Amino acid sequence: MLGKLTWAAIPFDQPIPLVAGAVVLVGILAVLVWVVVKGHLPYLWHEWITSVDHKRIGVMYVLLASVMLLRGFSDAIMMRAQQAVAFHSPGFLPPEHYNQIFSAHGTIMIFFVAMPFVIGLMNLVVPLQLGVRDVAFPTLNSVGFWLTATGALLVNVSLVVGEFARTGWLPYPPLSEMTYSPGVGVDYYLWSLEISGVGTLVAGVNLVTTVLKIRTKGMNYLRMPMFCWTTLASNLLIIAAFPILTATLAMLILDRYLGFHFFTNEAGGNMMMFMNLIWAWGHPEVYILVLPAFGIFSEVVSTFSGKPLFGYRSMVLATMAICVLSFMVWLHHFFTMGAGADVNAIFGIASMIIAVPTGVKIYNWLFTMYGGRIRFDTPMLWSIGFMVTFILGGLTGVLLAVPPADFLLHNSLFLIAHFHNVIIGGVLFGAFAGYTYWFPKAFGFKLHEGLGKAAFWFWLVGFYVAFFPLYAVGFLGMTRRMQHYDVPEWRPWLMVASVGAVLILIGIIFQIAQLVVSIRDREELRDHTGDPWDGRSLEWATSSPPPVFNFAVLPDVSGEDAYWAQKVRAKQEASAEEPHYEAIEMPRNSPTGFVCAFFATVTGFALIWHIWWMVIAGLIGAFATFVVFAWRDHDEYEIPADEVARIDRANISERRDMISAAGSV
Amino acid sequence: MSVATATPDLHQVHGLEGTDNPGPAPKRIVTGYGFWIFILSDMVMFSCFFAAFAVLSGETAGGPHGAELFNLKNVAIETGCLLLSSFTCGMASIAADLRNRFWFQVAMAVTCALGLAFLWIEFHEFADLVARGAGPSRSAFLSAFFTLVGCHGLHVSAGVLWLLTMMAQVFAKGFRADIQRRILCFALFWHALDIIWVAVFSVVYLLGSGA
Repeated sequence: MLGKLTWAAIPFDQPIPLVAGAVVLVGILAVLVWVVVKGHLPYLWHEWITSVDHKRIGVMYVLLASVMLLRGFSDAIMMRAQQAVAFHSPGFLPPEHYNQIFSAHGTIMIFFVAMPFVIGLMNLVVPLQLGVRDVAFPTLNSVGFWLTATGALLVNVSLVVGEFARTGWLPYPPLSEMTYSPGVGVDYYLWSLEISGVGTLVAGVNLVTTVLKIRTKGMNYLRMPMFCWTTLASNLLIIAAFPILTATLAMLILDRYLGFHFFTNEAGGNMMMFMNLIWAWGHPEVYILVLPAFGIFSEVVSTFSGKPLFGYRSMVLATMAICVLSFMVWLHHFFTMGAGADVNAIFGIASMIIAVPTGVKIYNWLFTMYGGRIRFDTPMLWSIGFMVTFILGGLTGVLLAVPPADFLLHNSLFLIAHFHNVIIGGVLFGAFAGYTYWFPKAFGFKLHEGLGKAAFWFWLVGFYVAFFPLYAVGFLGMTRRMQHYDVPEWRPWLMVASVGAVLILIGIIFQIAQLVVSIRDREELRDHTGDPWDGRSLEWATSSPPPVFNFAVLPDVSGEDAYWAQKVRAKQEASAEEPHYEAIEMPRNSPTGFVCAFFATVTGFALIWHIWWMVIAGLIGAFATFVVFAWRDHDEYEIPADEVARIDRANISERRDMISAAGSV
Repeated sequence: MSVATATPDLHQVHGLEGTDNPGPAPKRIVTGYGFWIFILSDMVMFSCFFAAFAVLSGETAGGPHGAELFNLKNVAIETGCLLLSSFTCGMASIAADLRNRFWFQVAMAVTCALGLAFLWIEFHEFADLVARGAGPSRSAFLSAFFTLVGCHGLHVSAGVLWLLTMMAQVFAKGFRADIQRRILCFALFWHALDIIWVAVFSVVYLLGSGA
């Protein structure tokens, strides 16, 4: 009846996951009870859970990423603590648990923190920057978000029901095959990524179509803000790369469930095919993450330097060059696995070539700042911190791209330090810059500056203290994923690294405090004009938070930095002419995404535990959901012209006050 | 947008320079375009299975080769069914454009019958292989074969399900604009499966029988 699921799946003998799971469960229940008792449930359901508004979906993506960041960071600090104490000692984490923790840490940080964070910001901002009212496929967008949430949920369920994979964040066969990993851990990994991968693909299709087909009048390609370009590049990569992940994991699933021989030791299976396929997805994946961050830095640096982005066209070219090159370097992830000197040389050189467009970008940001009147608000601090940190991470990357050097450094903590250097210093700093920069746009009030700056400094210093020692122990020969060790030379470095993790923890605490304090003081931090940073692109041309339709009248664009040009014109002309308002049709909210994700969760869970009747029930439910959705007769509602006019007039009057105040200074 | 000139300037690439973007595209364009992009991603997925098949096609682990297993006559009939169903699917699209319910339903029903015939033949081929001890767990070659061909078969099955839903939708709701867009997407999907099958036919069956 319940397949492989028995009471033995609950780890009663392991206090850490059990207590952690219990605390989370109690937390969730408490929030649920509070929501129900306070009567917030209808609001949540109608305004958020069923919302097809790209801004709301973007916010929910970022919220999911933030919660999962806490989970991923708990794993990180446990690993640092384990390595700090596990010198000549087993430490406090048994090996099978430690292996689950590093696997879950990597999986969560890439798929359920970095991905939803950047996809959330893209969802929130891109339609606003393009000057339009919506994305191409609003309901599918909601489906995509909820499927991502399903994946995150399944990973967290594995904490208390069964186990997670012990195979690392990429389940290399044959270790991940049934023979060597007979438990459900790898299955949790596989199904949560298959399901959330579909969600990511949906988001990719949606955003590419939005950028290519839904732009306002005059928003030509070469007038788009840089963030739209990097969104385009990143989502093109999603479309080209995520199907590879889906197919590769599907092959591993077939091996595990039906006794196929894609990657097995026996019957002609070829495990090197897994390496090639997974990294053909995996390398583009890092650019999927970092390109949007590059876009965020471009927006932030230009805004806070008060200058147009330097070398806009070279930036576009560099972005698209990275987009293409990212597919040509995958083999550098396994130089040591027998490809031979010639092949290694080609891929080594190709990897180094990527540093060229990336260097172009760095210089463009530096020249944007040069001669500018720079304001050092929190988003700008993250950007400058990024530039310094990312250059260092990029240089160690070029070092690793030299095959002979890679033979020494492969799978050592040097590698770990390198990719944390680029992912934290690049993607995460970018996500935090974007979070601080666009928070007032999403909610109508700014985040507290002082706490934001404190968080930034603790994160920055904490990062250097936590990861630069790992470069050193990497050189000293320490390999990754060690549960215990007996080399005395490593110990001091690992102690320092754990101090760094504590500093990052303080940074995170400051971020939480910043959010709480900002919500408390929201009236003082209120953004009345919709343009709190003196911005340059169209998202600042509407109120904060924007009305559901974003723009009462679609803007007409005639150059780069569209909103800056509008502001300059407004100062010169100060025309009092009111635009002609028309009724606006917007898509109706729909529970399709949520219901669909519910069935996906049921199906995924049933597949993991081999509960076949439940698999069939879940699939039928998902199909029925789509048919019901397809059957509805009214998919849009109309906002009358009067209402549009009322909302827009209020915003314009506040904006006028700002412009006249600025003009009198 | 300025007045159109008599001779178009070849140096002006639409949307890049010169002509201004006219604003958001109409829904039909957006939907069709988005679905094209989805199909591209689907083709990337198939290309992985093709690549796996290419890598593993010689790995028979002492078991049977393709030449001993494939019945090209059956495959020819399958191909005929699928190509013909693409034609009738095209007829359904024309009927939908003309808003002719009767011929739309007839053309879709024929498409469905041809799709089911294809699936029936494929199912029997698979069942026969398994019965002869040449199931997917026999060798890496057969794993790759069953996955690639089966993945196409699953797509056709999903297509049949979608087709029936579209027939029901047109029956119940008529040719509403959103239903027209779905018919467009369905047609794209069905034709794309045909293209994939041409590759399956060539790479798996023709090359496999020869080797």
